[in-house]
Amino acid sequence: MEYKSIIGVSGPLMVVDKVKNVCYNEVVEIETSTGERKTGQVLDAMLDKAVVQVFEGTSGLDTKNTKARFLGETMHIAVSQDMLGRIFDGAGRPRDKMPEIVPEDRLDINGYPMNPTAREFPREFIQTGISAIDCMNTLVRGQKLPIFSGAGLPHNELAAQIARQAKVLGKEEEFAVVFAAMGITAGESSFFRKDFERTGALERIVSFINLADDPTIERIITPRLALTTAEYLAFEKGMNVLVIMTDFTNYCEALREISSAREEVPGRRGYPGYLYTDLSMSYERAGRIRGKKGTITQIPILTMPGDDITHPIPDLTGYITEGQIVLSRQLHRKGIYPPIDVLPCLSRLMNQGIGPGKTREDHKDVSNQLYAAYAEGRDLRDLVAVVGEEALTERDQKFLEFAERFESEFTNQDPDEDRTIEETLSIGWDLLSVLPERDLKRVSPKWIEKYHPKNKKKEQ
Amino acid sequence: MARIIRVAGPLVEADGMRGNRMHELVRVGDKNLIGEIIRLKGDVASIQVYEETSGLKPNEPVEGTGRPLSVELGPGVLKSIYDGIQRPLDLIQKQAGDYITKGIIVPPIDKEKKWDFVPTVKEGDKLEEGDIVGEIQETQVIKNKVMVPHGMKGRVENIYSGKFKVTDTVCVISDGGKRHEISSMQVWPVREPRPIKEKLESSIPLISGQRIFDTFFPLAKGGTAAIPGPFGSGKTVSQHQLAKWVDAQVIIYVGCGERGNEMTEVLEEFPHLFDPKNNLPLMERTCLIANTSNMPVAAREASVYTGITLAEYYRDMGYNAALMADSTSRWAEAMREISGRLEEMPGEEGYPAYLASRLAEFYERAGRVTCLGKDNREASASIIGAVSPPGGDFSEPVTQNTLRVTRVFWALDAKLADRRHFPAINWLTSYTLYTDDLKDWFAKNVGDDFNTMRVEAMTILQKESELEEIVQLVGPDALPARERVVLDVARMLREDFLQQNAFHEVDTYCSPKKQYKMLKTILKFYAHAMGAIDRGMEPEEISKVAVIDDIAKMKYVPEDKFEEEFNKMAKKMEEELKG
Repeated sequence: MEYKSIIGVSGPLMVVDKVKNVCYNEVVEIETSTGERKTGQVLDAMLDKAVVQVFEGTSGLDTKNTKARFLGETMHIAVSQDMLGRIFDGAGRPRDKMPEIVPEDRLDINGYPMNPTAREFPREFIQTGISAIDCMNTLVRGQKLPIFSGAGLPHNELAAQIARQAKVLGKEEEFAVVFAAMGITAGESSFFRKDFERTGALERIVSFINLADDPTIERIITPRLALTTAEYLAFEKGMNVLVIMTDFTNYCEALREISSAREEVPGRRGYPGYLYTDLSMSYERAGRIRGKKGTITQIPILTMPGDDITHPIPDLTGYITEGQIVLSRQLHRKGIYPPIDVLPCLSRLMNQGIGPGKTREDHKDVSNQLYAAYAEGRDLRDLVAVVGEEALTERDQKFLEFAERFESEFTNQDPDEDRTIEETLSIGWDLLSVLPERDLKRVSPKWIEKYHPKNKKKEQ
Repeated sequence: MARIIRVAGPLVEADGMRGNRMHELVRVGDKNLIGEIIRLKGDVASIQVYEETSGLKPNEPVEGTGRPLSVELGPGVLKSIYDGIQRPLDLIQKQAGDYITKGIIVPPIDKEKKWDFVPTVKEGDKLEEGDIVGEIQETQVIKNKVMVPHGMKGRVENIYSGKFKVTDTVCVISDGGKRHEISSMQVWPVREPRPIKEKLESSIPLISGQRIFDTFFPLAKGGTAAIPGPFGSGKTVSQHQLAKWVDAQVIIYVGCGERGNEMTEVLEEFPHLFDPKNNLPLMERTCLIANTSNMPVAAREASVYTGITLAEYYRDMGYNAALMADSTSRWAEAMREISGRLEEMPGEEGYPAYLASRLAEFYERAGRVTCLGKDNREASASIIGAVSPPGGDFSEPVTQNTLRVTRVFWALDAKLADRRHFPAINWLTSYTLYTDDLKDWFAKNVGDDFNTMRVEAMTILQKESELEEIVQLVGPDALPARERVVLDVARMLREDFLQQNAFHEVDTYCSPKKQYKMLKTILKFYAHAMGAIDRGMEPEEISKVAVIDDIAKMKYVPEDKFEEEFNKMAKKMEEELKG
């Protein structure tokens, strides 16, 4: 059904009058008077009126000649296994000058919530080769673990390194990667492309790229397209999919723009009250389904405005995701890569993915002990600033030394360094041997006997 | 005929609705989606829809059902897992596959299954509302009591025994000329509290086996508690620990707007966990309500009411029921979202002005009560609500309004969580208002001096925080000897008593008796150490005695060996600290 009865255009929204039988969330095709085509979606369906959000922006629309066609269905994406190796724009059109794909299926991009009884709990260790993640905040298959970063921090390098090195021990198959970019710069985009090319990973990657100068509102659908593709690859084609989405802050800005154009009651800092629900619709699409081979692991990246972890975007994200990896400007300034500050980091699914048969029997204890000792060392640093190092007891000085070495030897590693979990744990033990043995309260005596460097030397 | 005139997100407006009632359940659109009327204006009704509204369009029909949003109560509720409006998720999966699609209608409790009904009354008995007419073994641990529904009374005309479906009549009573048929199933509107005879004082603690809760900030049976905390501080782990170990007979666990994988964890774990009291799977006493964050927001709003109604139902049978709601902030946000769509005037931070009264109404449904029925049975429903304050800032409206109506405050602290001190409950900011009510119980059942010991331990921790400010300025070496012992003992209290490992097979549950002995050991050490200082021993020497290592490990000593270990430690410290 085609209408020329557009009665209002404001911000990203367009109001069409005298419409009949418009569905909520229906797709709208728009043709401007110059013949330009745009896509939109119904946000508010009334008896004779519909409010439509226009993904490509509303410039060029007029209230006389612009035509709106309501397609009678919600937004779908054509999917196929051949999408691997291809690059699309933020709305799913080919960006690599290659032909459209031949669809194997057409899927609703909003998906449906996964039934909790159909889920299988994630418990397979993913080795990323990065000590601060593998040992301290273990990633498992089917988890959603975001990277909280700040402007100018090397989150892209870290994400690329994870995509490059991630593997499940004992299984040779590699991850398929779905990459969704929302409002990133051309420079960042080409960094990812080059990195994928350099490692020959390009043919197992599907990219959806919305650049900073692409239409803002299009960003709303980019993660949905990426996740629908990921669901298809994982649960229909049996692949293990890693979804990297950057930058969710831009996505939330786009959401706020629409909300304010609709004159909705704002929640915190002008973001809509339904930001939590909206974000969860993307994040909760990670996971695994009982009886199906594939998995979806998500690594969303977001930059915290003003490095503020209490800002609504990281805050609401942290309440939905299963942990977070936090990058620190302070560590970055010290020249440490990756600048992961382990203290505010967390992996909620870690306990199930580690231990004998998965990583190593002493993993849990070592990680806990490293945490406790590093936290104590960091506290002492503040104290030293006031009273000087001499005023500390011998015990405290050891903790201070431990904290320094933890950052420079354990956290710090080369962007191409792929540490096995064994290597990571043995660095951990080397560091722990700095401390008095009676302070290793979190480690079971069994493991001290077996793995403490002191006892290992004796063996030899 | 009633028809849709507008669709915007989870909110639908329909006209031609004159005669339909506020909070009536309606069927919306061609797909028969479930909705509830939340505002009436002339013949236009605003309806919140409990399912995804994509694809719904104006002019589709709307049909009233004549009844409010209700739950079905009967045998079969326990061991179930429901969504926010009491639809069994396993049946949804059978019908719709791995994803929850739209327009699915499934029965909340199995109407075909036959249960063994054993009558407890005989013909001619005079019954009033709430009286028990018979019992059904619902699970291995819970006997479902079939009760005379609210508003009915009379003499037993017929009473049956044998195998019956939940809808079959098991008892007929006659009240004058009126005959009432009673089956084992009742229907109750979720937004209305189930009636009781009277509320009682809370004088029995709800024991959780978690030291920080039981010893320092106990909750009473029938009490209300709030656990607010920023993300990653261990709210969900605390809620899971409580759901596993509290000594209530029935647990209703509401996952309200939380993570899908967490619900799956509960689902996978509970059937394999055993109740320390009777050695039966914990699932035998549990009902789960899972409305994850990506499931429709209106059903999230309903889920806590569904949960408390189920808890009240088991309370009415005479059981101690406990409801865990994780998290009430998501519930409040659902209210905010719906209120925003209704274009109501917002209160603080966009929350509706009625946020405080809704929270108060909800928490008031907890309590220790005398149930309806001649036998005056006493029972309780406790509520433990997690709160997720944005940015961990407790001054936000949901936390503040919750604190006004709950009597226990377990404050989770991100700083403690960062250094892996779990449970990350801050001992200085948390409080309980039940201390006085529960004093007698603890003195009688745990130890005469338990209450004074608690105060003493608290004083040491309080003193530590004062001393820490000084240490920040002058370093620990500058403190006098006695103060350094206080710091050592406070550390002991924090690390060896308050920290509790939820994932350790022994430490995950600690009985009140063992808690008492553990605390006693530490305080004994404190007394001995102070004595040793007076006799001229140096703090460095004291911090090197071997018994400290034993104390550090005492939490891992199994309950049956604890008495022996406790005596050994007492002797050892006496010797080592002779001075």
